[in-house]
Amino acid sequence: MIAEAGHYALVLALGLALIQSFVPILGARWGDAALMNVARSTALAQLLFVASSFAALVILHVTSDFSVVNVYENSHSLKPLIYKITGVWGNHEGSMLLWVLILALFGGLVAAFGNNLPLRLRAHVLSVQAWIAGAFYLFILITSNPFLRIANPPIEGRDLNPVLQDVGLAVHPPMLYLGYVGFSISFSFAIAALLEGRIDAAWARWVRPWTLMAWIFLTLGIAMGSYWAYYELGWGGWWFWDPVENASLMPWLAGTALLHSALVMEKRNALKVWTILLSILTFSLSLLGTFLVRSGVLTSVHAFATDPRRGVFILLILCVFIGGSLSLFASRASSLKQGGLFAPISREGALVLNNLFLTTACATVFIGTLYPLALEVLTGDKISVGAPFFNLTFAPLFVPLMVAIPFGPMLPWKRGDLLGAAQRLLAAGIAALVAIAIAWAWARGGSALAPLAIGLAIFVIAGAISDLVERTGLLRNPLAISFRRARGLPRSTWGTAFAHAGIGVALIGIVCETTWNSEYIGTMKPNDVTKLAGYELKLDGLSQRQGPNYREMVASFTVSLDGKKLSVMTPSKRNFTTRGASTTEAALLTRGVSQLYISLGDVTADGGITARIYHKPLVLLIWFGPVLMAFGGVLSLSDRRLRVGAPKPARALRGLQAAE
Amino acid sequence: MTRKQRRLTLIGSALAVLGFAAGLVLYALSGSIVFFSTPTMAAEQHIAPGKRFRLGGLVQPGTLVCGGSQVSFEVADGGAKLPVTYKGILPDLFREGQGVVAEGALDATGTFRADTVLAKHDENYMPKDVADALKKQGHWKDDYDKKLAENVKGASCAHGG
Repeated sequence: MIAEAGHYALVLALGLALIQSFVPILGARWGDAALMNVARSTALAQLLFVASSFAALVILHVTSDFSVVNVYENSHSLKPLIYKITGVWGNHEGSMLLWVLILALFGGLVAAFGNNLPLRLRAHVLSVQAWIAGAFYLFILITSNPFLRIANPPIEGRDLNPVLQDVGLAVHPPMLYLGYVGFSISFSFAIAALLEGRIDAAWARWVRPWTLMAWIFLTLGIAMGSYWAYYELGWGGWWFWDPVENASLMPWLAGTALLHSALVMEKRNALKVWTILLSILTFSLSLLGTFLVRSGVLTSVHAFATDPRRGVFILLILCVFIGGSLSLFASRASSLKQGGLFAPISREGALVLNNLFLTTACATVFIGTLYPLALEVLTGDKISVGAPFFNLTFAPLFVPLMVAIPFGPMLPWKRGDLLGAAQRLLAAGIAALVAIAIAWAWARGGSALAPLAIGLAIFVIAGAISDLVERTGLLRNPLAISFRRARGLPRSTWGTAFAHAGIGVALIGIVCETTWNSEYIGTMKPNDVTKLAGYELKLDGLSQRQGPNYREMVASFTVSLDGKKLSVMTPSKRNFTTRGASTTEAALLTRGVSQLYISLGDVTADGGITARIYHKPLVLLIWFGPVLMAFGGVLSLSDRRLRVGAPKPARALRGLQAAE
Repeated sequence: MTRKQRRLTLIGSALAVLGFAAGLVLYALSGSIVFFSTPTMAAEQHIAPGKRFRLGGLVQPGTLVCGGSQVSFEVADGGAKLPVTYKGILPDLFREGQGVVAEGALDATGTFRADTVLAKHDENYMPKDVADALKKQGHWKDDYDKKLAENVKGASCAHGG
């Protein structure tokens, strides 16, 4: 009954989306306010129905109703409750349902809190949202229905893929989707602007909070995914340049560029055409990511060829939306009026430079991700484009970008003075040089690249601090005045400083982890002692333990430093009986922002165990950086100035954060 | 500066960055991509020692020798066999008789020295590249996936565990 109700709710949502996709547009054409207002009710009702459909699937999973294929294939009655819930989106059908739920959520937010939007604009935006939603409801109903029943229900399910039985699954996909799908709003706004043929600074002011919110979630989602891969896969790696990861990185790069170009548009009414194009591209990359991950083209060309319905369907959605929006852009963009003038050396110029490097970096990731696929389709040759390719292309593009970051906020709008900015960054430059010298001396020669990269990171961080010092007049005025000024600074200025410093922080983590990571791989027997980076690790022994739906072998290591016992680390290997698969649960010991990492291999014939032990210096900074960036985003989002132009949406955003 | 000059500056710098990136991409594509081979293909192509490639095939049953962290095994594709050595911990899904993809290079004696053994298969225990290559060479049977899935208890380095 519940499955059928969930299915039916989804069909109703499709019906509503179909109505919403043309009635408000007709209303806008005829100037009929009643028709335009239809969008509001349908968007809210859609949210209600999709949410009930999703709730139905959650209930089916929680109650372990194995008469439903999706539950049978991905659940097990002994699975802990949290994994029963997260297992809902730990599979293809469920994750697509989460995708449309978040899409409907964003549509509903625009409908509920977009009262201050011009009626025509809101009608257009919601209609475009309904096109996207309609296409994906159809996709789910036709190719990936999660509510299908089994004729002869089995008594036990096949359990969820063990790698996914982790808290990471509870946080990572929803975060990532909030980011991915959040960009649909800026896409809809861009299409609406093209349909209306009108775009102004107010448009950018409405779009910016939505883009910012999506960007914050995407940043956190990617960072979370990276940390999850780091501790769950047992390899100590945190970024593999895997196509699935690149699929989320591309919208992030484009979205970051969009944030900055929308700023130019909002403040100076320039870069209009480019901002519209970026909005379209960002969401197109989100759709591309969905295609790459969901069509099965990556895991197996074979699966794609024998059951092509899913892949072809998403490919069709991809072509229609990207092709359609770009054609619309091509035909309408020239009619948009040119905006304000600016000199190449100015805040606008710096932001253009930022956009240039970010989009180019995005393009190289795009090539590296799709080239192997294209080559295989065209010639049948199989190649792998891995970390060396991206290190060679991505890194050289990010270096000039990072050098330029501190200059941006120092330059005034319209016309700037590079020399003046450089003078104000003198302290940051000196700090960078000192950092290079210290890193060089500490590493006693070695690779020259690492100290230089650390210098660059310190330059970015010190540059962000100098900007704040400059604006508060910290060294020129009495402390009380500076403090008052600091409180009076717009929150977005603080946000910028935090976000920019976050990049520097992440870079320090990346450089230290990759350069000074130490590693031990070997076989240890009970009471064996291994020394690594000053720590002594003694294997106390091995024991067996029974979990709810797995058996695990736990090794216990006593860690001591200078003869003093610090802690006991217990990495384990879990064997999931239902699937016959095993996972490696790494043990982590955090010391400051550095970590010790142990993951287990196999037991040898003579009773020893193979262990992989890492010392990863400053590794936590890799994820602390993105968190800082997201925090900067939240500060910007709470800026009063964003609410002056568009009070309601901004309040809605704040409400959403509070609800987290 | 006139509007035209400004636009030219903008377009010029955009082209410079794009050109720089295009150069990087071409350079990287010529040097750092890695081709995929099966043992048969490796024998036919006479891959030079030291040139990196990805080797894919099935782990030949009965050839797995575990010496602590030093492991050796043979990869076969029905046509040819290639001995592989690897220092490190094998992925959880590694079993004799199953598909494997290893990255590394041949040494002077013709042994493949792997520095990476890929862990990321799907639940069918068959890396996509291996399945495609086996199919091309006609060593694929349609129920291979299922047989392998049933066969997961094949020998690995685990004892007890």
